[in-house]
Amino acid sequence: MTDFIDIGSVTDIPVQGARLVRTQHGDIAIFHTASGKFYAVDEYLPGKAGPLSNGIQHGEKVTDPMRNWVFDLATGEAQGADEGCVGTYEMKVEEGRLLLSRDAIANQVAAE
Amino acid sequence: MTQKLIIIGAGMATGRALEQLIETAPDAYDVTLFNAEPRGNYNRIMLSPVLSGDKTYAEIVTHSAEWYEENGVTCRFGERVANVDRDRKVVVAENGDELPYDKLMFGTGSNPFIIPMPGHDLDGVIAYRDLEDTELMMSMGDSNKVVVIGGGLLGLEAAAGMAARGVDVTVVHIMGHLMERQLDEAAGYLLRKALVDKGITVRCQANSKQILGENGKVRALQLDDGTELPCDLLVMAVGIRPNVKLAQDIGLAVGKGIHVDDQMLTSDPDILAVGECVEHDGAIFGLVAPLYDQAKVAAKTLLDEPATFVQKEISTKLKVTGCDLFSAGDFAEGEDREDIVFRDPARGVYRRLVLQNNTIIGAVMYGDTADSNWFFGLIKDATDVSDMRETLIFGPAYQGGTPMDPLAAVAALPDDAEICGCNGISKGQIVAAINAGADTLDAVKATSKAGSSCGSCVGLVTQVLGITLGDDFKMPEIETICKCSDLSHDDVRKLIIAKELKSIPQIMQELDWTSPGGCHVCRPALNYYLVCAWPGEEVDDGKSRFINERVHANIQKDGTYSVVPRMLGGITTPDELRAIADAADKFNVPTVKVTGGQRIDLLGIKKEDLPAIWYDLGEAGMMSGQAYAKGLRTVKTCVGTDHCRFGTQDSTGLGIKIESAMWGAWSPHKFKLAVSGCPRNCAESTCKDLGIICVDSGYQILVGGAAGLDLLEAEMLVTVATEQEAIDVSCAFYQLYREGAQYLHRPYKWIAKVGLDWVKEQIVDDPENCAALAERFRYSQQFYQVDPWAERARKGVDAHEFTPLADFTKVAAE
Repeated sequence: MTDFIDIGSVTDIPVQGARLVRTQHGDIAIFHTASGKFYAVDEYLPGKAGPLSNGIQHGEKVTDPMRNWVFDLATGEAQGADEGCVGTYEMKVEEGRLLLSRDAIANQVAAE
Repeated sequence: MTQKLIIIGAGMATGRALEQLIETAPDAYDVTLFNAEPRGNYNRIMLSPVLSGDKTYAEIVTHSAEWYEENGVTCRFGERVANVDRDRKVVVAENGDELPYDKLMFGTGSNPFIIPMPGHDLDGVIAYRDLEDTELMMSMGDSNKVVVIGGGLLGLEAAAGMAARGVDVTVVHIMGHLMERQLDEAAGYLLRKALVDKGITVRCQANSKQILGENGKVRALQLDDGTELPCDLLVMAVGIRPNVKLAQDIGLAVGKGIHVDDQMLTSDPDILAVGECVEHDGAIFGLVAPLYDQAKVAAKTLLDEPATFVQKEISTKLKVTGCDLFSAGDFAEGEDREDIVFRDPARGVYRRLVLQNNTIIGAVMYGDTADSNWFFGLIKDATDVSDMRETLIFGPAYQGGTPMDPLAAVAALPDDAEICGCNGISKGQIVAAINAGADTLDAVKATSKAGSSCGSCVGLVTQVLGITLGDDFKMPEIETICKCSDLSHDDVRKLIIAKELKSIPQIMQELDWTSPGGCHVCRPALNYYLVCAWPGEEVDDGKSRFINERVHANIQKDGTYSVVPRMLGGITTPDELRAIADAADKFNVPTVKVTGGQRIDLLGIKKEDLPAIWYDLGEAGMMSGQAYAKGLRTVKTCVGTDHCRFGTQDSTGLGIKIESAMWGAWSPHKFKLAVSGCPRNCAESTCKDLGIICVDSGYQILVGGAAGLDLLEAEMLVTVATEQEAIDVSCAFYQLYREGAQYLHRPYKWIAKVGLDWVKEQIVDDPENCAALAERFRYSQQFYQVDPWAERARKGVDAHEFTPLADFTKVAAE
């Protein structure tokens, strides 16, 4: 069973906003979409896209601010003609708290 | 032999189970029914109609005292169960009575969740759960104020019920739109509009901080931005939690709810559980349909008949008069999913279907839910809809009907709506001209004058032709704002004004957007059009701006930012330079560069450091240079008469005055100026969006230059005699561009479209219009001349943009 870690409150990220969770192996962007859903994806697709938390959201997608690639937040897949996929992580909301899969920040937990 | 069944809780689920049991096998059990509320079962979901006065309590009672008596049910109402001894199979009542059982059924329901914020225990803070709560709300009248926390189903029904009684109600909702679990943003917008029309105040994205009291009684709700919302009663409708206390105390398996299997049996085979207190396969239940299914299964299990509870798709409707909404299934967007959206702005209708593998998996409807059952059936049966895709969205009556009408938004405009701003021509006048025989665009232009000046309303005029003439008129292809709409930029701008549209979801609904939430192309454009059309009103949506405008700095290829302080007219001081140097040292700025616009650029700054460096620059009196804005950038100057032997006027002084008047304004694209002190043109005025060249007799004003992707020499607009006239004309030109150009068009592109002659007509030939434009610009500026850096560095605006949500890099280092 997936183990989760509390990263903040649902109100810490405005609707259609995004914020970062810093980990030892890179930044993870947490998105709050207009439908009220939350997604965790890698901030960068090295050499291709990012920083995605700075992009404009529309529906369950985000547009990369640098090259206008559009990514599906649920799958991490680039849309249309662009090819690439950013890593996605499991997360959920319970009683107003944002919970991110512990695997997403696994290195640190192992070190604790 | 008759067995003994004890039921804990007289609610809708146990009530239905009891009915089923008695109907099938009236003599199988000797039943005792405990209920903590001092009454029997009533239809809890009908409390909202009781609150609004549409029904009385008597009408929603499902089982009367007589019913229980006739069916031999021993009622112990107003009594709680203190304990259950599972080994001896005995229930212990509050008064100490011990009652043996063969089978026990839990129907303990749920407790409303009360946010444990300061003041939650004050008098006058209630949930919306039972008849007592409802009666308290019914005691409120038109002299009372009530705050409802929670914009979900229950909260909104409570709010609407009280509003119908004349109460001044405010709904405070933590999420971005109402009923976010059931509705998407577009439907949430329509619902909000309907509730506001009923006199309810709705505050979304509002975070409650504490409840304030006076003499132990609630006085107001305070939000975390400090706002106080006075109230005589505060209703919390933020969700429910299964009531598992007793089950937990006696050692049954409990998670979020009491664990049950497909037969509704708990971890003890002689104990069943149904209703809102159970957890089945990870899910808990708040709506009535699955509860009734559980009740049926439980009744059969009690009679040793085979039955299995299966979770099914459920749908939601809101019981508020005048708010017809429906939601079912899963309506999130996804890789392999497609949306079909239908909007009818005139009737306030929104329908959205989500398709996956040729079946409908989700539906959201607002305004007209007549066909909801048909759609719900298609979802439940996973019907293959490929054959009816084209007309699916119109419902069962339209299979084989006509496709969507892209002209709906214009058709819905009233006759007095202004279409052509230049000549003041309304839709009605255009229709009259068409009816009088003008059946082409040119004929309409000639007879009504509509569209004959700047031409930006041609798209709308064409649509009016299409609507009025129907099939006799062939619509030309137009360049639409993006793939989400059938309208052009010009059409959208004019309709925003004509229909007084003031938010992006509102535009999308009223102008028939084909995507649910727009895209990265239309959202920034719409945001600019709103900001320009409604200065001083809260229309700006930062989430629809590109990152540079959202964080007020320029993003660089490595994700760092650059910072350019404003230096009016390119003039600086030793103190400012020292402050810039100190900031560059303090924040380890890797590159300091002088820009082409005569400013200083600090490059390579980390996003988290932006507010701090802005703070330091602000201490030295500097503000944002807005080098990131689709707005006024810089006014470049030469030294003019102060120092130059060729100078004819004070070009630096004029540059400072113009920049002082214009900074802070947003426009369709960036806007660059220059003032040169003589025709030698050291400030390069001839390739700017607006350039001034000083001559002995006054000031030549040139417009529409470019020195970027395109190279264009600016053309002469007018020569004026005084500095003040130069400033006024510059402001008027900028405003004309701001109001007329399409998003991301620099002035030269816009002039190519409307013609320089038209611009001259507006500004040079019509002094009154020129003054009015300058006045509109000054009016707008009083709201937009706010230093965004100071707001962020000193007042904490948008703090979430600059700090990570969580940092796990440091944890590891410890």
